[in-house]
Amino acid sequence: MPGLPFLLEVGSEEIPDWMIGPALEHLSAEVNKLLAPLGGRVSRAEATPRRLAIFGADVMPRQADSEEIVSGPPKAAPAGAVQGFARKMGVAVEALEVVATAKGEYYSVRRQVTGAAAGEMLAAALPGVITGIPWPKTMYWNMADRRKSPRFIRPIRWLVALLGDEVVPFEIAGVRAGDVTRGHRVMGRAAVAVTIGDYEERLRENGVVLAAADRERRIVAGIGGTRVKKDAALLHTLTHITEFPATITGEFDRAYLALPEEVLVTVMRHHQKYFAVENEDGSLAPAFVAVMNTAGDPEGLVRHGNERVLRARFNDARFFWEVDQKRPLGDRVEDLRNVTFQAKLGSYYAKTERNVALVRELGGDENAQRAALLAKTDLTCEMVKEFTELQGQVGGRYAAAQGEPEAVWRAIYDQYRPASMEDAMPATVEGELVSLADRVDTLRGCFGIGLIPTGSKDPFALRRAAQGVVRILVEGSVDLGMEALTGGDDALREFFLDRVRYYFRDVRGYPYDEVNAVLGAGWSNLKDVGHRLAALHAVRAGENFEPLAVSFKRIKNMLKQAGVSEGGVIEEGLLEAGPEAELHGAYVRVKGRLSASYTDSLGEIATLRPAVDLFFDKVRVDTKDEAVRRNRLTLLFVLLTEFSAIADFSEIVTQQQ
Amino acid sequence: MDTYQQTIFKLKSYWAERGCVIQEPYDVEVGAGTMCPETFLRVLDAKPYRVAYVQPSRRPADGRYGENPNRLYKHSQLQVILKPSPDDILEQYLASLEAIGIDLSKHDIKFEEDNWESPTLGAWGIGWQVMLDGLEITQFTYFQQCGGVDLELVPAEITYGLERLAAFLQNRESVYDIRWTPEFSYADVRLAEERQFSVYNFEMADIGTLWQLFELHEKECSRLLEAYKKYPDRQRFPLLPTYDQVLKCSNLFNLLDARGAISVTERVGVIGRVRKLAVGTAQAWLHQQTAANGEAA
Repeated sequence: MPGLPFLLEVGSEEIPDWMIGPALEHLSAEVNKLLAPLGGRVSRAEATPRRLAIFGADVMPRQADSEEIVSGPPKAAPAGAVQGFARKMGVAVEALEVVATAKGEYYSVRRQVTGAAAGEMLAAALPGVITGIPWPKTMYWNMADRRKSPRFIRPIRWLVALLGDEVVPFEIAGVRAGDVTRGHRVMGRAAVAVTIGDYEERLRENGVVLAAADRERRIVAGIGGTRVKKDAALLHTLTHITEFPATITGEFDRAYLALPEEVLVTVMRHHQKYFAVENEDGSLAPAFVAVMNTAGDPEGLVRHGNERVLRARFNDARFFWEVDQKRPLGDRVEDLRNVTFQAKLGSYYAKTERNVALVRELGGDENAQRAALLAKTDLTCEMVKEFTELQGQVGGRYAAAQGEPEAVWRAIYDQYRPASMEDAMPATVEGELVSLADRVDTLRGCFGIGLIPTGSKDPFALRRAAQGVVRILVEGSVDLGMEALTGGDDALREFFLDRVRYYFRDVRGYPYDEVNAVLGAGWSNLKDVGHRLAALHAVRAGENFEPLAVSFKRIKNMLKQAGVSEGGVIEEGLLEAGPEAELHGAYVRVKGRLSASYTDSLGEIATLRPAVDLFFDKVRVDTKDEAVRRNRLTLLFVLLTEFSAIADFSEIVTQQQ
Repeated sequence: MDTYQQTIFKLKSYWAERGCVIQEPYDVEVGAGTMCPETFLRVLDAKPYRVAYVQPSRRPADGRYGENPNRLYKHSQLQVILKPSPDDILEQYLASLEAIGIDLSKHDIKFEEDNWESPTLGAWGIGWQVMLDGLEITQFTYFQQCGGVDLELVPAEITYGLERLAAFLQNRESVYDIRWTPEFSYADVRLAEERQFSVYNFEMADIGTLWQLFELHEKECSRLLEAYKKYPDRQRFPLLPTYDQVLKCSNLFNLLDARGAISVTERVGVIGRVRKLAVGTAQAWLHQQTAANGEAA
């Protein structure tokens, strides 16, 4: 017999868009766990801002019957106890059977257990599953006793729960599950009776496009041929703050294009949730695409309203721009004395002084130092108070408008780059230095006063700061050693090492053992680390490489056991002819061929393999002649050290282990 | 087309029909309708209450000398408190928009996440900003905590931005062009006030005097809160005047802030001082109310 279909809809007031995905995923997984013992499964999960909907399939009307064994007294128990057990279980003593278990033999009763009805099971479990959804922030709402009130993201206003044609009866916070959903707030009816079969269609008739994929398609189709700035995050948001999305295109006065593009785009994207429109050449066009939560705008009122709001916003921005220009950035450096960076680390003025000094120390020229001096002054500008996300960029634009050289204004503009692993890098070496100095000063300062990130706690985003440093050092044009940046702080050094590992493993995708091997041979220069890793990765696939790694590990262990920690001079006279002398010969030959190319050098080192294998095969290091033994160990030590400068091969994980 | 005041009348009538006490604005300076005793103190206890009132709200730092078409030193909010919040509160709210002439079938309405938090009041809630054709017209909040106290009955707070709504309804580019009556524009009624207060707030307010006033009101508030603890007849203790002192401090803080007299470092500390007074008063008030209920029972 095929099972029954199932539908659960949790109707709520508008759920924040970014929380919908994880919540739906959690609910779907939990409902799946409920359906599994009934032979069923979740077949589909959908959501709009006002509803989380879970579809199930193949649910058996009741759980399968099962047999249960109830254990009673042990076999050795007095007759009275056995009779008592039989009475309690409602059976004759003769009906008891003795069952052997790991703990011994026990009188037991076999009972048939009738499987629970699916509806009852679900009704009992669903309230807990629904109120158990983990939300980032929850509320309680109007209940007689708030201490008993469930917590949810927004008030639950209706529930649909159907198993086949039957309502699964339960209640949460006074709301009873039924077969009545609600349509779109404006386009739909407030009460819509549904069955599992017509649920989605009824919603559609009432102005709700249930599937996020369908809503997204509507938006994309609405944008059509209009060239909008690609923005996946915005598309996702708009898909999840609408139940029936439709696009409108609006325009604004070209005169506003004189404002910095970043400001215009931020107003459109972040404040108004509009797509910015581009010209063929990628420059900004005086137009936008907005997404409504309604079918259409026949009278153009929505378009008119949105254009009006945007105009007001742009006017504000223009006002800020004009006010800010009255005092050039250079005059604002002093104002930074009143802007606190961190209570114990002083004002942004103090930070600026440190940043400038650090830029100088790292070799920054006058332009780089000038950029560091002006970098934080935009924090005192009205534009940045309004558009905090544009700090740095606003300063850069202002510096350009105020006649600072390009090397200066670009460095100011780029000072927070790269903000993430995907973000653009500073465009110039001055920008790299300003960005590096700013982050390194923050890191040193915070570590100096014990503000070291632990676990998920990282209020000053130090991990991100360090990650940016690592990325600039590897991918940027500056060539700086780690030592210049960490100073002598060991904790900071360790912290950086973590970020370096993360970068090469998770961002660049190198296997962890290759990363360990290369870092094990030193990481004072991250560009060099990058080159060594690339070389190691390239030669690893060669047939000689992994066996050689195994041998190197063997050598390392042997030296450790013998307590050898320094080299010496190999006395060629003590080398035994045959494998030992051949290994020495190979060592001399390979050493002579090492070059500046890591790939070539690693290739050469890999050719040692036959000689090393033969040596271990034929030669006993532990020989009675102490001088010979010592000489052999020295040979191995020198071999190991000479050839471990690119990577510590003993860190390579091989299949032979 | 309705005038500014007609729109206000309609909203007041709408909420009066739904059982609200129509209050008049509170006569001590506040930064938002939430700070009035009719909201801040009323929400604390477990007695149902419904109230609506227009509250002129002063934000000294937002002043623009009357030159910015959308920013005001003093704007007006229509504040509605429904405690406890009815189940159909959002439907009631949407109907209030229809009541002032917004045909929702021709417009776009969205509820976008916007949780409210006031560190100075030790208060927070969960809610949305309501967007009408891309314009934020309302803050909607389910209060959860006020004065550091978990609320017994969750109130819904609806705060309409009246100038914005009116500019929308009258299709004006500048709030100053809003018709207050057929005869008088918003500028006729309020422009001089915007100009003069901007000059005072940004240029002429005497920082020393403001600090002195702040400290005087703070001291008076602390003295009263201390006195409450030992006062024999708590029911007649003047906690409402005590709360006025909190409001005075809060407004003086905003003035000092606009005047640029509070560094970022100091800011947190001063907010903390106001918060201490607000939380102290809220807790004393709740204590006084609960004691009164206890005696009655």
